[in-house]
Amino acid sequence: MPQTMTEKILAHAAGLPEVHPGQLIMANLDMVLGNDITSPVAIKEFPKFGKASVFDKDKIALVPDHFTPNKDIKAAEQCACVRAFAAKEQISNYFEVGRVGIEHALLPEQGLVTAGDTVIGADSHTCTYGALGAFSTGVGSTDMAAGMAIGKAWFKVPSSIRFNLTGKLREHVSGKDLILTIIGMIGVDGALYRTMEFAGDGVHTLTMDDRFTIANMAIEAGAKNGIFPVDEKTLEYLKEHGAKEPKIFSSDPDAEYEKTIDIDLSTIVPTVSYPHLPENTHSAKEGKDIKIDQVVIGSCTNGRLSDLEAAARILKGRKIADSVRCIVIPATQRIWLEAMHEGLFDIFVSAGCVVSTPTCGPCLGGYMGILSEGERCVSTTNRNFVGRMGHVKSEVYLASPETAAASAVTGYITDPEEVGYEG
Amino acid sequence: MKAEGRVFRYGDNVDTDVIIPARYLNTSDKKELASHCMEDIDSSFVKNVQRGDIIVAGKNFGCGSSREHAPIAIKEAGVSCVIATTFARIFYRNSINIGLPILECPEASEEIKAGDKVSVDFSSGVIVDETTGKKYQAEPFPPFMQRLIEAGGLIPYIKENY
Repeated sequence: MPQTMTEKILAHAAGLPEVHPGQLIMANLDMVLGNDITSPVAIKEFPKFGKASVFDKDKIALVPDHFTPNKDIKAAEQCACVRAFAAKEQISNYFEVGRVGIEHALLPEQGLVTAGDTVIGADSHTCTYGALGAFSTGVGSTDMAAGMAIGKAWFKVPSSIRFNLTGKLREHVSGKDLILTIIGMIGVDGALYRTMEFAGDGVHTLTMDDRFTIANMAIEAGAKNGIFPVDEKTLEYLKEHGAKEPKIFSSDPDAEYEKTIDIDLSTIVPTVSYPHLPENTHSAKEGKDIKIDQVVIGSCTNGRLSDLEAAARILKGRKIADSVRCIVIPATQRIWLEAMHEGLFDIFVSAGCVVSTPTCGPCLGGYMGILSEGERCVSTTNRNFVGRMGHVKSEVYLASPETAAASAVTGYITDPEEVGYEG
Repeated sequence: MKAEGRVFRYGDNVDTDVIIPARYLNTSDKKELASHCMEDIDSSFVKNVQRGDIIVAGKNFGCGSSREHAPIAIKEAGVSCVIATTFARIFYRNSINIGLPILECPEASEEIKAGDKVSVDFSSGVIVDETTGKKYQAEPFPPFMQRLIEAGGLIPYIKENY
């Protein structure tokens, strides 16, 4: 039977010749991930499995990134719980403040995920690693605990939607604009329980960072996973980051899809998701009347080096509007160093932005940029739910790094094409 | 297993950020989480909910973050069952894993009103709105998930089988 790449990876992980949508399987895991919010719950559950130790200390990653550096006493206690467990179980991939970065930027950067892997993470944006041609999905803390105990997880094999991409993105348009457009098109449950497979000639024109951003937000359409084919760019990325030997699975030409959606990349425009759902998309051009108070550039969606470079291209030689606070958050320490060496911090700080250490902080209303009643933020993060970044009556507008930077300059939602590059 | 209670009604796309806002995620204490359950869309929920009560909602209930704190908060608040048109997938598996009964039933989700008294039989999937007298049949769980539920959640299931 012809198979999609997701089906092939899951069959491999379950030790079966083939699997079909709807089938329930137990799959072997190549990596189990948790953060400082979800791991403490899993760590409390872990002893209940009655195992002497974790299944494989090298296949677990503990990444305290959400409320670190510790935002308060309770957060500090949660991190202490994760730290103690990592020490007791001798977890190889525990990342302390100073080495830690936002988990979904950090794991690929550290070469901890390779093509063909099966990965679970107690964080919904674990679907990011589909960019590398891996099956990767978010789960809860009990699944994480079970994964740490026996190295397995149960899955219902998803059916797939194929996004057939053609053409090439225009200047000022990024992977973020594409995925927001897709979510606007199919809705926040448009891919519920399903795989979003990105395919077609247009895929190869997308940078790896764009692919991470797109796969990252598959969950925002309800998907189980987002996945990209493995090409030269993937292999080069994996090699550069010292990942294990890739296991390359590709979809058969006659594999079955629930539907195929054709998208010409050249038609995508700078796009903004208005409150309070990611599907509520508008073109950035329409946003002139929406005055903003804050801009956040960072997160597991858009805190990679190319995202910071894109924002810096807009901000170079400019000042942000007096009424705006702009917070830039490089996603990992390596990205932080590279951005510093490239002189991006000079551009950001001269423009009037503040640069933070890596953290998820403001994205989920944790700290480092909480909104008060009535405030509006243009953010390169991934969710704009009620109260997501602070007060219940605050508003989050999701956008690309270029749109966020352009909006920081003008003080209202702005298409980056309208401000262009100064320097 | 059966449940009976009064209905709290919500709409489509109830996300985990409103079920339990991230500002309370610096703890995993179940009682504390329950004390903030639904706070950002229904500030009176915690005050009014009684043991056994039932949440009925529209499509994509529990979308967003993977936080298991969301079904934990709902369960600990005393809710016996959530009925929805559809559930977001991580919330769905988290609920099964921790033993919070959930049922997908579009017709019941559409028709049952806030305050109605509803009873649910989990083995048959039959939902009865005692206020209107109307009966609904929910989607049955596949056998594997039934075994998980019968075992009492993922932990006892794995202890028995692995």
